[in-house]
Amino acid sequence: MAKRARTRQKRPVSNKGADVQAMTGQSIGGRVIAYFISHLQVFFSSLGRLYRAPLSNLMTVSVIGIAMAFPMGLYVLLQNVQEVSGGWNGATQISLFTKLSISDEQAEELGRRIRKFPEIESLHTLSRQEAMDEFRAISGFGDALNALEENPLPAVLIIRPKAEFSTPAQVSALVKKLHAEPEVELAQLDMQWVERLYTMMEIAKRGILVVAALLALAVLLTVGNTIRLDIQNRRDEIVVIKLIGGTNAFIRRPFLYTGFWYGLIGGILSWLMIEVSLHLLAEPVHRLAGLYGSSFKLATLNLTNTLALVGAGLLLGLIGSWLAVGRHLHEIEPS
Amino acid sequence: MIHFQNVYKRYPGSQDALSDVSFHLAPGQMTFLTGHSGAGKSTLLKLVSLIERPSRGNVLLNNINLGSVRNWRVPYVRRHIGIIFQDHRLLFDRTVFDNIALPLIIAGFRHQEIGRRVRAALDKVSLLGKEKQFPITLSGGEQQRVGIARAIVNKPPLLLADEPTGNLDPDLSWEIMQLFESFNQVGVTVLIASHDLELIRRMNYPVLRLSQGRMVSTGMEYAG
Repeated sequence: MAKRARTRQKRPVSNKGADVQAMTGQSIGGRVIAYFISHLQVFFSSLGRLYRAPLSNLMTVSVIGIAMAFPMGLYVLLQNVQEVSGGWNGATQISLFTKLSISDEQAEELGRRIRKFPEIESLHTLSRQEAMDEFRAISGFGDALNALEENPLPAVLIIRPKAEFSTPAQVSALVKKLHAEPEVELAQLDMQWVERLYTMMEIAKRGILVVAALLALAVLLTVGNTIRLDIQNRRDEIVVIKLIGGTNAFIRRPFLYTGFWYGLIGGILSWLMIEVSLHLLAEPVHRLAGLYGSSFKLATLNLTNTLALVGAGLLLGLIGSWLAVGRHLHEIEPS
Repeated sequence: MIHFQNVYKRYPGSQDALSDVSFHLAPGQMTFLTGHSGAGKSTLLKLVSLIERPSRGNVLLNNINLGSVRNWRVPYVRRHIGIIFQDHRLLFDRTVFDNIALPLIIAGFRHQEIGRRVRAALDKVSLLGKEKQFPITLSGGEQQRVGIARAIVNKPPLLLADEPTGNLDPDLSWEIMQLFESFNQVGVTVLIASHDLELIRRMNYPVLRLSQGRMVSTGMEYAG
């Protein structure tokens, strides 16, 4: 030790690399390995620390989980609505009312002509009598209609465009083309409500974004505050570590990993909450869809969304702890 | 090893804690620092360990002017100093082993090396076999020995002790001093702040004496 002490005085303190190497007796490679090992140790020891105070940490993690599950859950529901309305959009139909002077035979002839259009998926012709029967059955004005001398209803052609011709622009072009037929009195496209639904969903999407941003802020504050309390509770430990030569990075590390764990576990928890909630909704939704003659099934989180959710949790946990550490750690100095 | 050149230290809103202090401590020297409470002993040790910076004058450690050491480099300087406190400053949520291992973990030693060195340090302070205990289960003297083991475990060339025997009875104090003597015998520079004049007389080492912030005696030939 005497020799060590004497050789040490000659070496300038400012040579950090040589200092560290002399202190640890390790090569650069050895030090890199030691660095990663120390990270690994803190990685697990910070998890162990969370495990040792399960109740308070569970509360923190739950707050994070709920705050993230809420906007993500809404988003998944919205995607489901889009899925459903997308199906309806594909089923856009155009009703072609012929002029009153057009006979059923002429209407059939028109139908045969239109069927050859490339845009048409299917065409169904309702003769004037069929239109009358249908109206009589649905409207309940049967007796009143009997009083009329002749059938006031025109023949109707119900047309479905092909899926590849079902964008709003293509469909309205088709409507115009159909309307140009001389026999046609009125071509009616019932798509306005789909457009309105789309607009409403845009608003909902925007709303979810706003809610998500606010709740992300809440997660940041929750993590930040928890870490701040943790720093205050471990004040003595921080002072001692500084006194025996711990760098700021060394002191920072366990707190950053704690934030990492909060975010990761919070993210997983929010995924679990969403999955359970959607599972609870799935059965009644499937039944409702059945009532409408649809086989629609509630979609759950896909892989991209799951990764985004957990990734966002991680990031928020890290940023929150980073902010807290940056703000409060340098306040603690030995005195 | 330690060189003070006309050092002044004034805390905001108070008198000079140290004024015009100069001395030189040679490497391998064991020295006592004495003076009554408030004379500036702790302040002097804080200047060496970079807990405080001087208001005026220079403090040199290993011929390095500590005034030129930037804040981010302070931890690396402190790794060359073993500091022993009156109140031990042990971490009570960790075992004796983990307390002593802390400086080695900070410096990035390997696992096996840590175990080897910690046991060597425990052996030196005669606490082998207590490594799995928590500090709270140890007596005051044993806790102080754990603090000493932590200070010497990474073999620093300089030991600073601030009233290391302040809470101990004379027999235990004597044992602790013997321990410091044994480190000094293998070449470690030791500076012990103490107001236990009786003990200091028995030890027979050079004495630096502070009074109201001034160095009134630099003990025999060690004038600065």
